[in-house]
Amino acid sequence: MNQPETAIARVYGEPVLEVPQDLYIPPDALEVFLDTFEGPLDFLLYLIRKNNLNVLDIPMADLTHQYMTYVDMMRANQLELAAEYLLMAALLIEIKSRMLLPSPPQALEEQADPRAELVRRLLEYEQIKLAAQRLDALPQAMRDFALVEVWIEQAAVKRLPQVNPEDLKNAWLGLLRQEQMNRHHRVTREQLSVREHMTRILSRLQDLKFVEFRDLFDTDRGISELLVTFLALLELVRENLVSVTQQEAYAAIYVKIIESRLDV
Amino acid sequence: MYELKEIKLILETALLGCQEPLPISELKKLFDDELDSETLRKLLDELRQEWCGKGIELVNVASGWRFRTKPEYQKYLDRLNPEKPPRYSRAAMETLAIIAYRQPVTRGDIEQIRGVSVSTHVIKVLEDRGWINVIGHRETPGRPALYATTKNFLNDLNLCSLEELPPLEDIGSLGKELNL
Repeated sequence: MNQPETAIARVYGEPVLEVPQDLYIPPDALEVFLDTFEGPLDFLLYLIRKNNLNVLDIPMADLTHQYMTYVDMMRANQLELAAEYLLMAALLIEIKSRMLLPSPPQALEEQADPRAELVRRLLEYEQIKLAAQRLDALPQAMRDFALVEVWIEQAAVKRLPQVNPEDLKNAWLGLLRQEQMNRHHRVTREQLSVREHMTRILSRLQDLKFVEFRDLFDTDRGISELLVTFLALLELVRENLVSVTQQEAYAAIYVKIIESRLDV
Repeated sequence: MYELKEIKLILETALLGCQEPLPISELKKLFDDELDSETLRKLLDELRQEWCGKGIELVNVASGWRFRTKPEYQKYLDRLNPEKPPRYSRAAMETLAIIAYRQPVTRGDIEQIRGVSVSTHVIKVLEDRGWINVIGHRETPGRPALYATTKNFLNDLNLCSLEELPPLEDIGSLGKELNL
């Protein structure tokens, strides 16, 4: 179809200059082939319509002949489709040949009309073709109608968690609790430094000989510090390095270094 | 307890705020009280009536209720958008029709009816649109995939069920018409 004015097609290498009289296909059919025709059954239907052929009544020679002409034109441009068309042509020829051959008398009843299957398929295809047209005629979302959506931020944007002052307070309290736990951990580590505090108390007692119990504790440095100091003191008492004395109940408690031990 | 009028307004607001169809089960979640489906359906019907004279209508499709623009006004909307969505090719529409009316079908079934091979592109286009999907495999050699249409397909064609598809032409009368 390169030069439609001069050659419509080449059949067996011979250029075809005129549209065959018996070929009821518009010469430009091939050009719009992909839009107009979708397949061999479609094409066969087209031929039947154009020719007013009755598949059941007429010998299929004409139809097959036309078909073959078309297939030849086809080969030049659409080799893939030509294969499918050839298959259909082969089917037509098979039907034709079966009709020409005499059937053995006994098999006559069993043998179905070879055209019946083709007719059944043609009708089934025609049915689907019409259904497809009706389906396409139905209003289609995005093409024939739009979907309505009022822009609500909630629907459009990922919903973010709500925060109220109570949550904030709880979070802060949680943090505090956690910090207290952490402080506790620090104490655990500082328990190792009981010995360090023992040394501190002892060195202090070296100079002063005795101090008031209360003075050993530095209340500004927190509970853990107090605890460690107390533990250190207990440890010193246990090791007989210091003695703790009290004159009477509720009186001041004194911590005194044990001299004899130091002399040793 | 809600006033019926109030319920209708809540339904309307929720449906206008959502493009996806909302099923009754989902709409029930809007209310604290237990509302029975029958009441909701009745109210939705009333709501549909109330929108009757507008360019927008409330419709009931396969996946639930939603608002849509009426098709008769699409030609005006199209003027705002120079790019009209392309129509599907005949091959695509025929393939879709075979899947819709004969589901579940294999590619082989489609080829049998159309007489030409099914292009992968057509299947992909329909799958990408969310209109068809593979729902299983036929237990024959090669285990070919079985295709069926989806709820989305019905939604997009504004249908509730496959039964609402246009009926197939009677084969007998087709034969007469074609002189076959």
